[in-house]
Amino acid sequence: MTQVAVPGAEQDNIMEISMGPQHPSTHGVFRMDVRLDGERVLRLKPVFGYLHRNHEKIAEAASYLAAIPYTDRLDYLCSMTNNWGYALAVEKLAGIAVPERAEYIRVIVSELTRLQNHAGMVGFLLQDMGASGTPLMYAFRERERVLDLFESLSGARMMCNYMRFGGVRVDCSAEWLSEAAKLVAGFDGFLDEFEQLLTGNEILMARTQGVGLLPRELAINAGITGPGLRASGVNYDLRKVDRYGVYERFQFRVPLGEHGDVFDRYMMRVLEMRESLRILEQALRDIPSGPIMDPKARLRGLRPKVGEAYARIESPKGELGFYLISDGSPNPYRYRVRPPSLINLTVLEDMCLGQNIADVVVILGSIDIVMGEVDR
Amino acid sequence: MMLDEIRSRLQADIPGCQVELVVNGSPSAQNSLLIDRQHGLAAARLLREGLQMDFCSNVTAVDWPDREQKDKVKTKQIVDGVEKEIEQTIKTTVPGYLEVVYHLFSMANKDGPVVIRMRTANRTGDVALPSLTPVWRSAEFQEREAFDLYGIVFDGHPDLRRILMWEGFTDHPMRKDYVPPPDDDLEILRER
Repeated sequence: MTQVAVPGAEQDNIMEISMGPQHPSTHGVFRMDVRLDGERVLRLKPVFGYLHRNHEKIAEAASYLAAIPYTDRLDYLCSMTNNWGYALAVEKLAGIAVPERAEYIRVIVSELTRLQNHAGMVGFLLQDMGASGTPLMYAFRERERVLDLFESLSGARMMCNYMRFGGVRVDCSAEWLSEAAKLVAGFDGFLDEFEQLLTGNEILMARTQGVGLLPRELAINAGITGPGLRASGVNYDLRKVDRYGVYERFQFRVPLGEHGDVFDRYMMRVLEMRESLRILEQALRDIPSGPIMDPKARLRGLRPKVGEAYARIESPKGELGFYLISDGSPNPYRYRVRPPSLINLTVLEDMCLGQNIADVVVILGSIDIVMGEVDR
Repeated sequence: MMLDEIRSRLQADIPGCQVELVVNGSPSAQNSLLIDRQHGLAAARLLREGLQMDFCSNVTAVDWPDREQKDKVKTKQIVDGVEKEIEQTIKTTVPGYLEVVYHLFSMANKDGPVVIRMRTANRTGDVALPSLTPVWRSAEFQEREAFDLYGIVFDGHPDLRRILMWEGFTDHPMRKDYVPPPDDDLEILRER
């Protein structure tokens, strides 16, 4: 144990604790080396790598098509958006067009992914705060309905392996679309109920307001993306900025926070779910008929011209980017994932300094990480 | 902002800064700027403060090993008193290097990407590059990853340690010439 001079504190109170890698609040194998003065955090260093499998090396040894199922396993809650990010990068690299119907299906499944990710994240956040069971069960009840839809569309609940460069793998039926519309119509009711129980709850406010502050300038400089960035008041949503896919056709708002605390990050998720519902309503109403794959797209034996491409999407966790370099061979010369979960952890220490150890759990929960993506 | 403008701005404001345009042949048409490593940090400061590139999104490394280049050269020689054109193949070894790539965006102006690259002198001895973490905090973990998996040493990085591989591991697994140990050796490696 190292001694640290802290003004006004007894030297005996300084403790070094290794939180994790099996701590229940880390939702995976993640460790934090924490130095504490009593309950106050003096230093916090995250330790990664327990789930490292060198995803990038595996993908560089595989063909362009064979990397798609591996992307499912990055952020294993959001396989659909992972597929999309990768497909978009290959499409940019090889100049592949996507039919309109496929673009709509991509928007629909991605917004459904955002719904189930945010619902799960909010449930887990409250679980970490000590609201054992109930909010998580409510959230998982809704998440289950989304996963049922994914299962009937792609055959898998979580590892969907659904998108391809140039389109999507299977078409969705009219029944599937009407089931999705039913889910969307009922989801606002769930959010109302959820918010009535929680948003105005005194304990939730006391535990989250003013906790884990992230100033706007630091958030930008540290590359924080997604709801965590917008909670600090930065209007930067790639669905609006890059307008990838067909997002420019939909009317939706980008919720912004004021304080950048845990409460704002919680509210971002709830409000983003509501905006996702608006996008889903429009997409389900306007989806055109037509092909779902570009007939010229070559899935097997794709050999893009020598060059490189970086593509990024707004995944539920933040900016998910894929960087590919082709040397003209059937497998990528360089395959790189820009993991939002890892980069959002850059400011974990800044947010936790001076807070209580019990708040570290809540702050970590408000970042929303998945270790499959952090460690790759 | 066009890359040509950025290039002339960097050359004008930073004395001695060498900037080369790297053309990308793919349909994405994302060209990049190759900046010499002595002026990398100054160029990054100018990009962030003068050109509003406030968001450094992606930082990664690429390994380019030594490669053999074959050039066909036609020479005229006199064979048996008759002048003939003879084709010869000349093999030259192009030395390899490690490269880091930064994808910069502007949250203020909502544009980008501006792609900048820096290269090491070689792959074995002189593998140092300036760290851009003092300019963009978002590079902190990503440069650590490039150090861990590629072996690039970032001068001026506040906390340059391995990030994904375990402590005591000596190799750099993302390099193209990395040979993984046989499966049964893995346990022994971990115990060391």
